[in-house]
Amino acid sequence: MKIELLYFGRPSEILRISRESVDLPDELPEGSKTLADLLAWLKLRGENWQQALAENRVRCAINQEFCKPNSPIKAGDEVAIFSPISGG
Amino acid sequence: MSVSIQEKDFDLNSELAALRGNTAQIGALVSFTGLVRDFSNGGNIENIYLEHYPGMTEKALGKIISEASTRWNLLGVRVIHRVGQLAPGEQIVLVATAALHRAEAFSACEYIIDFLKTDAPFWKREQTNKGTHWLETRESDERRTARWEDKPA
Repeated sequence: MKIELLYFGRPSEILRISRESVDLPDELPEGSKTLADLLAWLKLRGENWQQALAENRVRCAINQEFCKPNSPIKAGDEVAIFSPISGG
Repeated sequence: MSVSIQEKDFDLNSELAALRGNTAQIGALVSFTGLVRDFSNGGNIENIYLEHYPGMTEKALGKIISEASTRWNLLGVRVIHRVGQLAPGEQIVLVATAALHRAEAFSACEYIIDFLKTDAPFWKREQTNKGTHWLETRESDERRTARWEDKPA
């Protein structure tokens, strides 16, 4: 399942990445995939990913709407991963 | 109702003049300007860097303005948010509202900046004399936004 990932704020700086296309593997739990599945899969990349994506440190959006860990992800979605926002 | 995300500075007077336009219908113009301070908990600020989520930012601000427009009868709204590197003393954000009377213009202006703080995807990194760090949503800002939940217009 192909999705587009965008990174902003602290995770983007720590992981030195602003965007990438990924193909979520099929061996992830059967049925619909959630944001939590995606984050767990990304954390397999190593310790710096585990730290940067720790639950209390990241917020996410799917197709430009803020979302929760149990939000479903489908092919073609744009998923953004970022630190808590701080504008104004 | 107009929103700009830009690196360049803005001129308050010309923005307000543009918001007034040629009509004499507007009885109240209110504006809020946010500025870069030179101190924070992290130390003395040398500069800040602001980034945003192009596309989502405009959508989020559009939603906030549209919600404000259903609560109050607004004759115009202007929002400008700067991104990139900014030095202490520089302007960061402008929210300006136009209405028939001051109560609506004041409330709508406060509502929009409160929600911009908690619902618009901007990120701010401070460079201080002690290092750099990313700021996070402040609880005091979240409380201000939550206040509006059960507050009638």
